[in-house]
Amino acid sequence: MKICVCVKHVPDTAATIKIDGDAGFKDSEIKFVVNPYDEYGVEEAVKLKEKNGGEVVIVTVGKKEAAATIRSALAMGADRAILVTTDSQFLDATLTAKALKSAMEKDGLPDVIFTGKGSVDTESFQTQYRLAHFLGIPVVNEVSTLSVDGKKAVAELEVGGGDKQVIEMGLPCVIGATKGLNEPRYPKFPDIMKAKKKKIDEMALADLGIDASAPGVTLEKLEPVPERTGAKMIEGSVDEQVTELIRILREDEKVL
Amino acid sequence: MASTGILIETENNAVKETSLGVMTAAAGQNIIALVTDADPAGLKDKLAEYGAAKIVKLTAAGKDVSASPDLAALALAAAVEKYSLTALLGTASTTGKDLFARLAAIMDQPMVSDCVALDIAAKTAKKSHFSGKTFATLKVDAQVFLATVRPNAIEAKASAGAGEIEAFSADVADPGLVTIKEVKKGDAGKIDLTEAPVIVTGGRAIKAAENYKMLEECAAKIGAAVGASRAAVDAGYAPHSMQVGQTGKTVSPRLYIACGVSGAVQHFAGMKTSKVIVAINEDKDAPIFAKCDYGIVGDIFDVVPVLTEKL
Repeated sequence: MKICVCVKHVPDTAATIKIDGDAGFKDSEIKFVVNPYDEYGVEEAVKLKEKNGGEVVIVTVGKKEAAATIRSALAMGADRAILVTTDSQFLDATLTAKALKSAMEKDGLPDVIFTGKGSVDTESFQTQYRLAHFLGIPVVNEVSTLSVDGKKAVAELEVGGGDKQVIEMGLPCVIGATKGLNEPRYPKFPDIMKAKKKKIDEMALADLGIDASAPGVTLEKLEPVPERTGAKMIEGSVDEQVTELIRILREDEKVL
Repeated sequence: MASTGILIETENNAVKETSLGVMTAAAGQNIIALVTDADPAGLKDKLAEYGAAKIVKLTAAGKDVSASPDLAALALAAAVEKYSLTALLGTASTTGKDLFARLAAIMDQPMVSDCVALDIAAKTAKKSHFSGKTFATLKVDAQVFLATVRPNAIEAKASAGAGEIEAFSADVADPGLVTIKEVKKGDAGKIDLTEAPVIVTGGRAIKAAENYKMLEECAAKIGAAVGASRAAVDAGYAPHSMQVGQTGKTVSPRLYIACGVSGAVQHFAGMKTSKVIVAINEDKDAPIFAKCDYGIVGDIFDVVPVLTEKL
């Protein structure tokens, strides 16, 4: 079984984002990591390989620096990787999906493709759907339970209000992973050393015939979300505190 | 006048409050409300009050579109064509996000997910980037502007419309890519966390799963949903479906009451666009007090029962 995992190179969620110019950010000063949701995809792929045999290939569309992030995914047990390079952290989802599709077609189509449910940088929640549509195969997102046999996959996902759907689909398919699917492993030192020797095939977007000059979505402006500057602390006995809080919420804020 | 479609979400045959906010985002446009899962006659008054010129009951070849998510997306794409829509908006709920991503892929049009503001005429949208740390303004180059709006992010304002009802049966068939085998019902009557107007969240200080009952009693008084922090979920006190924050749900209620939540940056990623944030925590140095609106230093087991009683 061949499994591809789409991994995005994103700023660590604990990093402070310093905005640079109108729509840029200072990426040289912060730590980048495997997109947290993609880690669930990598773990699931490696578990499937351990059970059924086969190969796990990491596919990344990102800056050249993404190679370091890819090594982390390889240390979790993936076999090799493909890096499609672009200069932008904010490549349009349609172009990203086209690049993923072309890279996978060139390498040989997998039986299962994993992505995260979304990326924590652009939060656009759609690349996996576009990839599936371009390939003409099923896609299910926010998957928290999965079983795969030779011909089909059965996925469970939350559909709101605590309800869950159980969805069956044929292979190949695209699975968007989320928390609950598994517990991603922490690579051990020998795994990290082994990952350094694993192969990363690098190619540019243009090598895949993709023209990125007319994106559908352009980032015009990036601005910090205004932070609250500290709470108004409500003092007194518990009774007094609660009475004052309710008064504020009803009369001043009008949210109750 | 350009027509904008709004995918209406309903619950118990009533329009969800969140859908009215989405309609408000399209104020000034010729609004066509698309209904897939309820009888439009029962929704007419509400939808007309919030600006619907037309209310369309959308089916796939005369049948319910909910048989598969791909079928629903194909039916929506057909409605875009039939009504010459230049924009189609929905709610960034669990189903809305999934459906609009499918629709955008089918139509090969750009789509902006989970917007907090948008300008249909200028084709720009504002949304969260970097786990709620920044807002991004995106310019969309599209024939049809597709977007989902974060629940409660845009306050609903009434604006009368004609509300004429009609039916449209889209000539589409399920491509049969996925089959829904089973729907496992959660707790009936539970308010959906992502759409709740008020949320009461319990953090690690809740100490045990059974103590959420205390928060549920408080929430029941004010029509709130109950959430959990990652620390509480990881400790096994609450299921992941209740988690607010990075790796959990993003919420934007008008009131967020955090009980015994320390206030990690990853928690704020999921709730910082809430209108008013209240924190109750025993630790006066908890980081949450630096980033909320109102704070009470105290043991949640002392404060919350009094709050419930007085609400």
